[in-house]
Amino acid sequence: MVSDPYLGKYTTCVSARSTDKEILQKAQDGGIATTLMVYALEQGIIDGAIVAGKGDRPWQPRPFIAMSREDILKARGTKYNISPQISLLKEATRSFGLDKVGITGVCCQMQAVRKAQLYPVNMRDVPGKIALAVGLFCMENFPYKSMQCIVEDHAGQSLHSVKKMEIGKGKYWIYTERGNVVTLPLKVTHKYEQPGCHVCLDYVSNLGDISTGSVGSPDGWSTVFVRTKVGNDVWSKAVASGMFETKPIEGVKPGLELVTKLAKEKIDKNRATVEGRKTFGVNKALRDPYA
Amino acid sequence: MGLLNSIKKTIGGEAKPAGVATEKKVEAKKEAKPVANKIKLGHVHLSGCTGCLVSVADNYLGLIKILDDYADLVYCLTLADVRHIPEMDVALVEGSVCIQDHESVEEIKETRKKSKVVVALGSCASYGNITRFARGGQHNQPQHESFLPIGNLIDVDVYIPGCPPSPELIRNVAVMAYLLLQGNADQKALAGKYLKPLMALAKRGTTACFCDLMNDVINQGLCMGCGTCAASCPVRAITHEFGKPQGQRDLCIKCGSCYGACPRSFFNFDVIPEFEGISEIIAGALK
Repeated sequence: MVSDPYLGKYTTCVSARSTDKEILQKAQDGGIATTLMVYALEQGIIDGAIVAGKGDRPWQPRPFIAMSREDILKARGTKYNISPQISLLKEATRSFGLDKVGITGVCCQMQAVRKAQLYPVNMRDVPGKIALAVGLFCMENFPYKSMQCIVEDHAGQSLHSVKKMEIGKGKYWIYTERGNVVTLPLKVTHKYEQPGCHVCLDYVSNLGDISTGSVGSPDGWSTVFVRTKVGNDVWSKAVASGMFETKPIEGVKPGLELVTKLAKEKIDKNRATVEGRKTFGVNKALRDPYA
Repeated sequence: MGLLNSIKKTIGGEAKPAGVATEKKVEAKKEAKPVANKIKLGHVHLSGCTGCLVSVADNYLGLIKILDDYADLVYCLTLADVRHIPEMDVALVEGSVCIQDHESVEEIKETRKKSKVVVALGSCASYGNITRFARGGQHNQPQHESFLPIGNLIDVDVYIPGCPPSPELIRNVAVMAYLLLQGNADQKALAGKYLKPLMALAKRGTTACFCDLMNDVINQGLCMGCGTCAASCPVRAITHEFGKPQGQRDLCIKCGSCYGACPRSFFNFDVIPEFEGISEIIAGALK
């Protein structure tokens, strides 16, 4: 068990890619989250998974409870705006009657899951029924309208035409169906970030059973941290049954060094923000959520 | 983790032969010699619907285990044949206080006097909840119209918000209260850390509403649209528009669940990241 101040606790860290061609077609990187949920569902580890599906508008996510491989595949890819995943946490156990819930989400949503397990305020039937929580790396998120500003106003593309978006190599990348590739420097997108993200002290979903994201691994691959007993059990079974190809993280570029660097950047910056809130007004502080 | 492991050892969280053996011995001797260091637990029923007590009971075998090994139920109008409030270590108070009913007023004062720890069990005791909407006029005491959360009459130590509060949270608080009162130094430290945010809620005030999310989370620039509030709302008054909570305030029953559940109301980094170990400790204590 490694315990890192920025990367959290983990037992294993590898670079991995799904072996499922259909999942990889539309996956953001290595298709880890999708493949894990499909595997867990097919093996009966979970009865259903809360994933980010399609909302009413282009690129708007809406959380839904997927109970089949087809449904889970609908949630492939990163949306870069907010999907309130946890809103379905109790719904999944109470209305859908799931005994073993899978959930995917970003860092703050993993924190929410764990708080709901230890301090289940009006979260009856939730604590004992989280069977697998897969966390995603997350630097920050955008409100829907922010993402619209970035894509339509700054990049000049219609949201309807966008095939894929990603943040990497210091840029916001927009790929369209007809082959346009637009990049924006992140200094353009920073001001559109969701303010609530600026007090977040987690970059690589330290509280997931397994957490994953592109950073640290080559294109088309993902970095995977296995963190809990539950995570370890699912991950080792999935790898053993050939769901993933893996490489030791030490052998890939840019590797853990970059993950640590970005985690440190995010967390140190946000610690400073939390600190700065104490002297925000004239002898008046903004509220400290961690006090 | 060192701390968590040592705690597990002392209350038998990890499966280990020694722990099992002691448990069996206790089992065998139970009738002849009750477990010595049990705490005294009481349930005080004021103006509530008994939903909170049902939630206590919904721990099923967990409750039986708590009553076998950790706590004696010394007062509970529904389940124990005791007429007057006795000395208690932990009093779980359900319901708000009708200030026109002098017996209720006396009862809550006496509860405070005779209890080491007063827990507001559920949202009526904590925040008034649905009883805030009472206007009196009910047969056969139509003058009973003013209901206050217990924190308006006495000092309260711990809040367990929820309508009804979830059985799991009641269970966690019961185990932690036991560790706080009867545990070794490590266990006391853990229980203190665990209970701290629930004690802070008790200090924070006696009113609650969806507005708390607006005032203390959204307006403070802390909301990140995770969706927890919507899941915790017992009347489904909260939805998310463009990833942010919208409350139908006419539906809100003022239970305070959304604020208590929100990861940005409180999030203690010395407890929640240890979720795996602490869940094992609690499960181990109730095995």
